[in-house]
Amino acid sequence: MKRYTHTAMALHWLMALLIPAMLTLGHYMHDLKLSPLKLQLYSYHKWLGVSLLLLALLRIIWRLTHQPPALYLPRWQQLASSAVHDLLYLLLIAIPVSGWLMSSAKGVQTVWFGILPLPDLLEKNEALGHLLGKVHGSLSSVLLILIIMHIAAALKHQFIDRDQLLSRMLPGTSATGNLP
Amino acid sequence: MNIMIKIFISALLLFASTVQAVEYQQFQVNQSALNFAYKQMGVNMQGKFKQFSAQMAFDPAKPVNARAHFEVNLASIATGSTDADEEVAGKLWFDAKTYPLASFTSTSVKALGANRYQVSGKLTIKGKTLDISTPVTIQTDGKRAIFDGSFNIKRLSYGIGTGEWADLSTVADDIQIVFHLIVFAAPVIPSPTH
Repeated sequence: MKRYTHTAMALHWLMALLIPAMLTLGHYMHDLKLSPLKLQLYSYHKWLGVSLLLLALLRIIWRLTHQPPALYLPRWQQLASSAVHDLLYLLLIAIPVSGWLMSSAKGVQTVWFGILPLPDLLEKNEALGHLLGKVHGSLSSVLLILIIMHIAAALKHQFIDRDQLLSRMLPGTSATGNLP
Repeated sequence: MNIMIKIFISALLLFASTVQAVEYQQFQVNQSALNFAYKQMGVNMQGKFKQFSAQMAFDPAKPVNARAHFEVNLASIATGSTDADEEVAGKLWFDAKTYPLASFTSTSVKALGANRYQVSGKLTIKGKTLDISTPVTIQTDGKRAIFDGSFNIKRLSYGIGTGEWADLSTVADDIQIVFHLIVFAAPVIPSPTH
């Protein structure tokens, strides 16, 4: 079984840690009463969101320039797999961008780590800000569902099919080794 | 001298003095703006007060006689979010139920030259009165006067944002107040023949 490159693995597992944390944080902070903690959490969420957007862009560039290891699966599974992966990539861009746009529309500029100001892409507009908030939340719910499908499929291959598919994304020694 | 003639002459004199010196004293609330700016988590934020009133009098020939008194309805704050508007009207911030108005009363006005004046006075917010002094640019064209300026206050010195909000790393202490005030010249007194 051929594996993904170490770079692809590092990006995958880093995002695998950060994205569930972000989904949880986003859901939690949204319902908080206004407090310094809420303002701090919103800022951290934005900083991490911009970081994840950059990681996603890096990852997509890497994916487009590096052939993933071949999959030997039934046709329907190949189609399902690429559909879920394409949607995942799409959401990894669309969710942070919708958050950035929401922040602009709500009149709160996004300043990455409190240092680097990102341009406001929209004029302040309360109704649009509210709408973008709904979009951001809905897309995040779709992402959560896709992540669950993604994990469920990986576990099915690992423990039911026992086809070693998961090892493509895991470092380790094998006869074929890692792709360059 | 006949009492009627006396009144007539006094009216005439009064008329003459008002024509000579244009005094700006008709405050135009709808054309004026009272905004503020501050930093929240390192991000520049802006807001405004929607309701405020003023009594002002300014004669460019006699700036030392100028006076101003402002009242700001603190609950009319617009921060850009409903949650925040409600929060800042609350006890920890303005406590607008107990102290609905902030006020400013001028104590002195000094000409600095080139349409600039140093205005000093007493600013009262949340029951605390502190002296402030700020340069103001005043442009006049005979019909209206435009007052522009800004000054900084430290929110904690007025007890604005106490308790959990006293942590200045979230909402900074410095609040910049930016004002743009339009004041029309006093109406011409009707001629005594009417």
